[in-house]
Amino acid sequence: MTTAPTAERLQVARRRRVRRRGTRIAALFALLVALFATSLMVGNTLYGPDEVLRVLFGGQVPGASFTVGELRLPRACLAVLAGAAFGIAGSTFQTMLRNPLASPDIIGITWGASAAAVVSIVVLGLGQDAVSLAALAGALLTALAVYLLAYRRGFSGARLVLIGIGVAAMLQSVVAWVLSRASEWDLPAAMQWLAGSLNGASWERVGPLALAVLAIGPLVLALGRDLGTLRLGDDAAAALGVRVPAVRLVLILGAVTLLAAATAAAGPVAFVAFMAGPIATRLVGPSGSPLLPAALVGALLVLGGDLLGQFAFDSRYPVGVVTGALGAPFLIYLLARSTRHGGLT
Amino acid sequence: MTPSAPATTAPGAASLRRPAGVRLAWLLAGVVALLLATVASLAFGTRPVTIEEVLAALAGDTSSIGTAAVASRVPRTLLALLVGAALALSGTALQAVTRNPLADPGILGLSTGASLAVVTGIAFFGLSDPVATVVVAVLGSAAAGVFVYAIGSLGPGGASPLKLALAGAATTAALGSLVSAVLLPRVEVMTTFRFWQIGGVGGATWDRILLVAPALALGALVVLATARGMNSLALGDDVAAGLGERVARTRLVAAAGAFVLCGAATAIAGPIGFVGLVVPHLCRLLVGTDHRWLLPATAIVGAGLLVAADVVGRLVARPEEVEVGIITALIGAPVFIALARRRKVREL
Repeated sequence: MTTAPTAERLQVARRRRVRRRGTRIAALFALLVALFATSLMVGNTLYGPDEVLRVLFGGQVPGASFTVGELRLPRACLAVLAGAAFGIAGSTFQTMLRNPLASPDIIGITWGASAAAVVSIVVLGLGQDAVSLAALAGALLTALAVYLLAYRRGFSGARLVLIGIGVAAMLQSVVAWVLSRASEWDLPAAMQWLAGSLNGASWERVGPLALAVLAIGPLVLALGRDLGTLRLGDDAAAALGVRVPAVRLVLILGAVTLLAAATAAAGPVAFVAFMAGPIATRLVGPSGSPLLPAALVGALLVLGGDLLGQFAFDSRYPVGVVTGALGAPFLIYLLARSTRHGGLT
Repeated sequence: MTPSAPATTAPGAASLRRPAGVRLAWLLAGVVALLLATVASLAFGTRPVTIEEVLAALAGDTSSIGTAAVASRVPRTLLALLVGAALALSGTALQAVTRNPLADPGILGLSTGASLAVVTGIAFFGLSDPVATVVVAVLGSAAAGVFVYAIGSLGPGGASPLKLALAGAATTAALGSLVSAVLLPRVEVMTTFRFWQIGGVGGATWDRILLVAPALALGALVVLATARGMNSLALGDDVAAGLGERVARTRLVAAAGAFVLCGAATAIAGPIGFVGLVVPHLCRLLVGTDHRWLLPATAIVGAGLLVAADVVGRLVARPEEVEVGIITALIGAPVFIALARRRKVREL
């Protein structure tokens, strides 16, 4: 009679794991709400919670209506939406390719979106909606190019990462080239397209991104469980009832769309897509879908990074600089860890 | 020979042996191309000049506007020549030392390491002395190189080419974002030192060239002097040791030369990628794998390539200029991709 207690124990352990995951996700969510509220209250002028709430519910407060409603609220919304989109997209790629380095900002897809956006703004002079579509086209083309270049009598994650790095280097050069041609551009504007910034936040920018996140986010999140199963390998996943090709296609298209929308609105915010997934896994645990925690961590990273960049130093840093400085040591740490365990390839 | 041996040491190496006449012919062709690129660099620019004006200016006449324009292009051209040769030599040495076909001062993080060291010095420690800047840059590139090698050799299998390339690329990305973090809030530093992010030779002056020239010469001599040792390294560590080569010392000396070359080049021109990757591969096709021929050839071709890239950068966006670092990335990244594609994963 040893099996029954073991099964029971396993069940108890599993229940505890699920509960712990639930509490940690709830804690992340609470932290995000708190940070969101803080970002609405804090600034050059400090507004109390009552004033912020009145503005949120449509009341007219002298001063606060403009500062909170037109400046801080779109900025905070942009941060949360872009961060969540980066987190979901990054975690999708990392999980599907089973390699933390295979995040879309390292393998060039984010830079495809950024290059297309910069070209369509500087060279073609398009508006925000068209820029978002161009970014989507750029990201899709880059993803396709990296995939085709990396596919050669089979598929290897390491080769994909290396080729992606080469593609990223080219596209970064294109961005830098176009920006250097546009001499009338000031530094902050150029900055947005080099590292990501929320300084241009406006409702006009939030619109397309909100549409993408609200329409596609739930779809990708719903496939999160299948994504977790895909980690076991294609054959195992198929045996467990996952329609592998369809699920993979939907996941890739969804992730690339989210990424392109976020990049078109906030620029290629450095390393958020790369960091969100691994951090979320460490916080919440490896079981279950990695996507929802990654979305929360991504939103926290962008929102927190923007707050830090705006107020923690004597000069104002764009969010991409803060997340870049945070992400650099993390990237090296992950790299050292994965080479030590031989898990790189 | 290990299965991870790069193309330089593959059995195909024998077929890359070129007769001395062929090598000499290619070397001469390289010199001619270099001269053509140099003349083009002097002749093309915002203001078009005639060939007579170029010749007159080189003879020391700066009286007319045309010849003065040519004279003002001389330092820039010279700098491109020096930096191109230095990066190509550095890349060749790194490929020999790490036995990695994907090695390049840019990809292995050396350029960005030098960049970060100098930018940090300027921003936080009031670094302004030009000589100290070069020293800091060399130390920065050496630190980055050692760091990347340490990371890449963790774990089973030691420093395989794949792990080194990945470690280098990741470190480059990480250090690059730190450079941005230091530079971007400092608008005054940013505008004068934009080339710390994207390498360019536009800011060349005679003073700065004279400053780095000794360091570049020293690095080039060290690298050229280890040519024979590099040939032994290419046979694999065991065979090289059996032939009496002190493997560790040769590696160390050649790598030190590469660090000095890359650090000094970066100190004056900023991080310029992919020259050190593309040129050695091209030259191996032309003059074979003997480093006594390969190293001079890479210096010549590297100098010519960077000057040509600079000319292209000045012509495509007239009257604006495109930094040469952008052009080399656009040329070099496809070569990098092709190399990463060509090798089977196991060999990578």
